[in-house]
Amino acid sequence: MVKQLSIVEALRAGIAEEMARDERVFCIGEDIGIPGGWGGAFTVTLGLERAFRDRIIDTPIAENGFFGVAVGAAILGMRPIVDVQYGDFLFCAMDQIHSNASMLRYMSGGTVAVPMVMRAPVGATGRGAQHARNVERFFVGIPGIKVVAPSNAYDAKGLLKAAVRDDNPVMIFEHKLLYGSKGARMETGAVDSSSDVPDEDYTVPLGTARVARRGSQVTILAWLLMLHHALSAAERLAASGVDVEVVDVRSLSPFDFDTIGASVRKTGRVVIVEEGPKTGGVGAELSASIAERFSPSLKAPIVRVASPDVPVPFAPVLENAYRPDPDRIVEGVRQVLD
Amino acid sequence: MTEHTSIHDYDRVFLLGLYERMVLIREFEERVKYLFLEGRMPGTIHQCLGQEATAVGVCSNLTDEDYITSTHRPHGHALAKGLTPLEILIELFGGVTGCCRGKGGSMHVGNIRKGMPPAIAIVGGGIPVATGMALALKMQHRSNVVACFFGDGATSEGAFHEAVNMAAIWDLPVIFACENNRYGASTPVGQIMRLGAEGLKSVADRGAAYGIPADTIDGNDVLAVYEAAKDAKRVCLEGGGPVFLEFLTYRITGHSRRDPCLYQPKEERQAALQSEPIGRFEGVLLQRADVVQSDLDGIRETVAKELSEAIAIAEQEPKPVPEDVLTDVYA
Repeated sequence: MVKQLSIVEALRAGIAEEMARDERVFCIGEDIGIPGGWGGAFTVTLGLERAFRDRIIDTPIAENGFFGVAVGAAILGMRPIVDVQYGDFLFCAMDQIHSNASMLRYMSGGTVAVPMVMRAPVGATGRGAQHARNVERFFVGIPGIKVVAPSNAYDAKGLLKAAVRDDNPVMIFEHKLLYGSKGARMETGAVDSSSDVPDEDYTVPLGTARVARRGSQVTILAWLLMLHHALSAAERLAASGVDVEVVDVRSLSPFDFDTIGASVRKTGRVVIVEEGPKTGGVGAELSASIAERFSPSLKAPIVRVASPDVPVPFAPVLENAYRPDPDRIVEGVRQVLD
Repeated sequence: MTEHTSIHDYDRVFLLGLYERMVLIREFEERVKYLFLEGRMPGTIHQCLGQEATAVGVCSNLTDEDYITSTHRPHGHALAKGLTPLEILIELFGGVTGCCRGKGGSMHVGNIRKGMPPAIAIVGGGIPVATGMALALKMQHRSNVVACFFGDGATSEGAFHEAVNMAAIWDLPVIFACENNRYGASTPVGQIMRLGAEGLKSVADRGAAYGIPADTIDGNDVLAVYEAAKDAKRVCLEGGGPVFLEFLTYRITGHSRRDPCLYQPKEERQAALQSEPIGRFEGVLLQRADVVQSDLDGIRETVAKELSEAIAIAEQEPKPVPEDVLTDVYA
């Protein structure tokens, strides 16, 4: 049986299924299970407290504290899913994520494991600079942490399940404009990322990318909202005779260089699209890695389409100038073809 | 001594066991200091000389299935919890058969099979982890506790407050064991808390602020520490939630190995040396008819010999190979 689900519905189903399958799995975060509440800032855990009261833990506003609590619980064999309301708040918890979760296995000589999942919403959505950042870059460089970023409902559920079953700390970045919440929780500028999701148990392996659109002339690498904008750009370019391959990077740590490499070898031209400042972004690491591994295949320098190096502004005209859109992606493709 | 018990109410073997463990810690830390001065041991160390009673008094209440968390000053806690001198020494020498396979070093010693994850060197960073371990114990319906060691300085970190609060609201089985040695590195505790007539009475008030039982205990009286921790463990196991114990003690060595302690007033140091826990316990033990000086000397000699043998073995243990730098990052 297959149902068309939004990302938020797919995540909710995935979390419920994992909690039913394994009683060590629990959720912890702010406002995630308050009766009569919202099921988390973006409704992902809405209603789960009815079936799993003891395993949906509502916390005080104390990110560093409850991320550390999750680390401790994971060391003793529980499998927490930590919910942070905005990716920006991960910095409150950075000590526990960076200096504990990512390192405890190594420091212990491999005798301790920290099987925890961390879920964080990212993306600019008119809320102002401190509720808007794409923060993937800060975690891609941390050895010991795996990072994924689903662009659609099928991947969201499959990656969530794979993350829960993985024995490492895994960060899942979800884009606020891709959740697909309806009614009062609908986001302005939301993009449809729903997909057909099977009822049966399945996972999407961590560490894998996916070719979202096959093409021959240019490779666009993108993830989250930018994946959707890249596909729109590809349609526009097809109309003017340019055949673009779009790869959903999907796993930011580790990168899937088998899939990415196959595409780069085929087209020889790479455009990386990232929501977030260009300097020090995920695209910087991707560019350097691609240059190291696939230089002989490159017919042109790698192009990065990213946000300017600024905090996220508020006024809609400014936020649109900050966030890459299909026009700027088309621009970038023309640049790499020049 | 507590008000209710006298030295004669305890089993002789138990008491000499406490003594032996404190002497082991003291001797271990002294020997490691010399290994550094002689250039035979790499890295750095933070010794717990003078703080043996807090480690031993608390940990003697714990079984192999109870847990502790520790700090950048973990050797005493590790020995008291049951790690062997050998596995710690090999680790300090960077040996591949050390408790952390040479990947951790002094500030991260631990052995999860003996109830101690790697020590957390970020001040306060281990306190939320302790709360989380206790959450797991509660969710797993285990009758066990976590003893969380930290110092007076750590009670200024946000992590302390967040973690104690969550343990309190969720009734988690944590013994918050604050070793108040009056200095956070070189900064006196009175400078980092509003203590005194117009303010807080003691560091224990920082625990009481979260609505949990909080007590101040002479941390250099190993039996007082033992009794306080015993009561705290009972409260935890009865589902009464966490307990905050402030242990008054003193570091009779530097913050780390290169510290000459010039910030500690001379009279204060002299007084501390007079009231250090091992000398005091010797005096108390000798009040028993069945304990004589040669018993105590014998224990010291045995410990010294055991450590000499362990050091000789530890120094010769194989080191990791360079390729090991890449292993144990991911499960």
